[in-house]
Amino acid sequence: MQETGKTAGAPALELRNITKRFGSVIANDRVSMELRRGEILAILGENGSGKTTLMNMIAGIYRQDEGEIFIDGKEAVINSPKDSHEYGVGMIHQHFKLIDVFTAAENIILGIKDGKRYNIKAASEKVREISSKYGFVIDPEKKIYAMSVSEKQTVEIIKVLYRGADILILDEPTAVLTPQETERLFDVLRRMREDGKSIIIITHKLHEVMEISDRVTVLRKGAYVGTVNTSETNEQALTDMMVGQKVELNIERTPPAKDYDRLIVEHLCMSSPSHDGVKILNDISFRARAGEILGIAGISGSGQRELLETIAGLHAADSGKITYLHHKTGELVNLRAKTPLQIRDLGIRLSFVPEDRLGMGLVGNMDIIDNMMLRSYKRGRGLFVDRQPPKDLAERIIDSLQVSTPGPKTQVRKLSGGNVQKVLVGREIAEAPSVLMAAYPVRGLDINSSYMIYRLLNEQKEKGVAVIFVGEDLDVLLALCDRIMVISQGTVTGMLDGRTAKKEEVGLLMTKGANGGAVNAPERETGSETEVKSKDE
Amino acid sequence: MNEQASAPRVRTRRQSLISITKRPAVPFVRAVAVRAVAILAALVIAGVVTILLTGENPISVYVTMFEGAFGSGPIIWKTFQDIAILLCTSLAVTPAFRMRFWNIGAEGQVLAGCLACAYAMYRFGGVIPEWLLMIIMAVFSVLAGAIFGLIPAVFKANWNTNETLFTLMMNYIAIQLVEFFLKIADKSGSNTVGPSILSHGWYPTLFGQKYLLNIIVAAVLTVLIFFYLNYTKHGYEISVVGESENTARYIGINVKKVIIRTMILSGAICGLVGLLIVGGTSHSIDSNIVGGRGFTAIMVSWLAKFNPVMMTLTSFLLVFLERGAGEVSTKFGFNASFSDIISGIILFFIIGCEFFINYQVHINAGRKRAGEPEKEVSGQ
Amino acid sequence: MIDGNVIVSFISRAVLQGTPLLLGSTGEIITEKSGNLNLGIPGIMYTGAISGVIGGFFYQNSVSRVNTALAIIIPLLCCLAGSLLVSLIYSFLTVTLRANQNVTGLAITTFGVGIGNFFGGSLIKITGSAVPYLSLSSIAKAFKHTLPFASKLGWFGELFLNYGFMVYLAVIIALVASYILKHTHLGLQLRAVGESPATADAAGINVTAYKYFATCIGGMIAGLGGLYYVIDYSNGIWSNDGFGDRGWLAIALVIFAIWRPDMSILGSYLFGALYILPNYTSVSLQSLPLFEMLPYVVTVVVLITVSLRKKREHLPPASLGLSYFREER
Repeated sequence: MQETGKTAGAPALELRNITKRFGSVIANDRVSMELRRGEILAILGENGSGKTTLMNMIAGIYRQDEGEIFIDGKEAVINSPKDSHEYGVGMIHQHFKLIDVFTAAENIILGIKDGKRYNIKAASEKVREISSKYGFVIDPEKKIYAMSVSEKQTVEIIKVLYRGADILILDEPTAVLTPQETERLFDVLRRMREDGKSIIIITHKLHEVMEISDRVTVLRKGAYVGTVNTSETNEQALTDMMVGQKVELNIERTPPAKDYDRLIVEHLCMSSPSHDGVKILNDISFRARAGEILGIAGISGSGQRELLETIAGLHAADSGKITYLHHKTGELVNLRAKTPLQIRDLGIRLSFVPEDRLGMGLVGNMDIIDNMMLRSYKRGRGLFVDRQPPKDLAERIIDSLQVSTPGPKTQVRKLSGGNVQKVLVGREIAEAPSVLMAAYPVRGLDINSSYMIYRLLNEQKEKGVAVIFVGEDLDVLLALCDRIMVISQGTVTGMLDGRTAKKEEVGLLMTKGANGGAVNAPERETGSETEVKSKDE
Repeated sequence: MNEQASAPRVRTRRQSLISITKRPAVPFVRAVAVRAVAILAALVIAGVVTILLTGENPISVYVTMFEGAFGSGPIIWKTFQDIAILLCTSLAVTPAFRMRFWNIGAEGQVLAGCLACAYAMYRFGGVIPEWLLMIIMAVFSVLAGAIFGLIPAVFKANWNTNETLFTLMMNYIAIQLVEFFLKIADKSGSNTVGPSILSHGWYPTLFGQKYLLNIIVAAVLTVLIFFYLNYTKHGYEISVVGESENTARYIGINVKKVIIRTMILSGAICGLVGLLIVGGTSHSIDSNIVGGRGFTAIMVSWLAKFNPVMMTLTSFLLVFLERGAGEVSTKFGFNASFSDIISGIILFFIIGCEFFINYQVHINAGRKRAGEPEKEVSGQ
Repeated sequence: MIDGNVIVSFISRAVLQGTPLLLGSTGEIITEKSGNLNLGIPGIMYTGAISGVIGGFFYQNSVSRVNTALAIIIPLLCCLAGSLLVSLIYSFLTVTLRANQNVTGLAITTFGVGIGNFFGGSLIKITGSAVPYLSLSSIAKAFKHTLPFASKLGWFGELFLNYGFMVYLAVIIALVASYILKHTHLGLQLRAVGESPATADAAGINVTAYKYFATCIGGMIAGLGGLYYVIDYSNGIWSNDGFGDRGWLAIALVIFAIWRPDMSILGSYLFGALYILPNYTSVSLQSLPLFEMLPYVVTVVVLITVSLRKKREHLPPASLGLSYFREER
């Protein structure tokens, strides 16, 4: 599989037949690959293809079960991150490894053994030097808990540069960045390449691969698929390598089943309970209609998750209205400041598939039956829970959604990602919802599971459910949704028709509205709406 | 490309000898076997320690231990009484532990129950009818325990105040409150207030057996707590809150309410234990009357993986050790603290053996070839 | 009118009373900074005390005239060795075998107090003494050496110079610990381990080594607190359970000092003052226990205040009480 590259430069890092197992799961299966000096190598693969696990072995977080690692042609035995540092490898993890109560400078010098005396001032000075060299803006004395996500990432990158690493590994660095920040990061990476550093960037965004990398290594299901020169390939070819078969992003879309409003959100504001006063949702207004899928697009962390959680009753809004409309009676019900149980007691079937499946939607250590019971345990009189209905439901879902599990008594955490999601979505749909909200429901799922989720959402739409779908893949949003609401930094920057909207248009709106307020959103609904009075206000 | 055939390489560092992985699933038989081996090993070590100190032959040491727990009718009753009290205390802390609320204040909560009971006996004894006094004692004890559980729970629920440290401090507050009571109730300055002062409100002895009442209470409580935790809505809520607070919020469980409710329950049962101790058995109080059972109960509950049925076994084990070692120290003229040392050693083994149940240790004998099975070390 | 001499003697007694707490809490702070909540500290303090006593006892009984230097060094070394051994048991169980820290700590305390009282009792038996305690008067004399001119300097001498060397040692240890935690790589890395072992691990810090190191050093410092109490404060008299609940008070102090050894100096003297306050005021015998309750109540108040204010720097180390396993997935 080794291709004879045209680029000069000796191999900086070489992996030979690396295998890693977690219990009976094989995360990496005899992977061999090579990184050359002075290049940017993209590692491409779907979620769960073993990219991060592979890189974690180079970084010393895990140790391979089999195979060896060569650095500069010599075998490297990496048992710990310390070893990895000594070989000049620095990894920037997806989840930042920073200590909240430390300052940037303290985090940066943490673990350095250069024999010098502890001198935080000198360290801060050096941090400033590096920052100005690459164009970062960072205050070395600022505490991490007071920092934004991109500031934290900057700290992580400086941490690696400070150590003078020759080989840099970045695990999905752009997932949390705006396009502008991504551009800035890419500039830095190019400058580092000119310095002769070797860089691995893990991503599953094809356009970024095309833009930044010299070569691309593709992994699929833990195995090495191949390496190609970026200049000699295209997105289609890479996709084919990545998924193993040609993907027709052909999600069926039926016309909206109904044409009336079901959920009306007006001027909703919410500020973070933990960080004082930071507005996460700023004057959000929209209507979700029965029988349609409303997509919500935005850069990760723009408030999508909090919006759904606020509607579901998990956060207290500062101001604004959340109103549910009974179509038949015309009755308006206020949902704001109601807990999930109170909403349920009002007879409103609001289902919610949260982003964090095992941390919020399900309890990993409980079996499928007990997880089914989460929504229904209060039913029935008396002190005792009745496990028969959830058991029936569990069996029904396992059967109809083809959940692969030894049985309904299996702990949910032992299921694979796709099956976990099937269990969760199945439960939420089983409640026969009138509103179904789903946050990133296909994240980390394989193609087949993803399509099953799309199908389920469409089925709900056809039943007249108001579906709200928060997604990250624009192609999916454009193919699936009837309307797409774009939010940026907690404000609505646009409401588009899913059938006519252009990808570029959505992308542009996603990065808009940095200063709030003066966002030039297309006037579609919000402007012409009359104020809705809630029943109990 | 065959690396095994290549010439010896310069290796900068040796591969680490041992690597550890978490077991995906633990077979029941293995779990039981590891624990059995650990207990056996602990008994051997404890025996060796005893022999070194006494020069006795090992069999007679173990026989002595056995005699200490089961030597005669009265001894057996006393053993079961100790088990009953320890088991009840363990049952009390278990709902909180299932919720991941590290209540290490059982000692203080039980003591608060003892104090309230003693106070009721002291204050109302002889003034009101016995049956009324017994009711008041029960109400006071349960209430006092509940309040001692409630206070840290309120702060944990609302402000996430560290409950381990909070409940720990509450133990010493309870001790000093008891000392305060002793000074008031017995002006002579004695360290204990005995049956002569607490002469009323003694709970009846069933069938002439002083301890039978407590044993029955413990048995009933075990069944109740087992059903409460596994088959009631409250128990289900406790499990959800313990596993994931986010999930609890997501489905609309009022986490604060569950924390507070569960700690009231925990504390109330502790208070009940206090009632059993003072009103049911000793009819006296001193600041050491709980004697560390509140702490031992934590180990009982933890060793049983918070399962009430298993707790009957673990409390039995710990009481057996304590009484056995106590007998050894009496018989061979040791200081009574000898039993603490033996209990400590055995606990170390039991605590340590959990590792071999939950984790797998691999020894990397040199460099492994592809496909070569790894050696596995089990918990012996 | 309050007599000046009374105040001076009150403060100096508070210092004497606070010193075992200071050593105990400094040790526990160092331990907790690594993320280990060592509830075995009371047991370790007992073990440290009895180890030193055993060493001192055999030395005192083996020579006709004690050498001051040896009388100090032998008990000190024995104390350190004993505390180290018990700390190692705790570290092995919680760090290597990843056992629950609360349960392990409580077992250590049972064990350690048992060791103390068992060997204490046995030594008393060996001496065939009629009274239930053991006296190491000549060892105590060596420990209590003060500067010769201290008594000539009036109130100044009594307040600052009139203590055995361990009082100063305790303060020095606390100050050094405070400095190391705040101003050295070692301290930074130790704090990192306690805040987030995964992060520290990723930064190339040997989490296991730091946890062992901090727990053992912390245990040894705490053990000195036990030794000081017996040899210096109690004039070399060991009596079973004499140390009382000071070990738990030391753990309370950690909270009171918001995990800062320098704060612990003030805190321990304050707790010491609370301990002896009844002797200096006209407190009735009856309300004495309420006074003895004060340190715990104050600690609870501090614990609550800290959690109400939510100042990140004052909260317990984030991973306190949790064991760390790298391949967690």
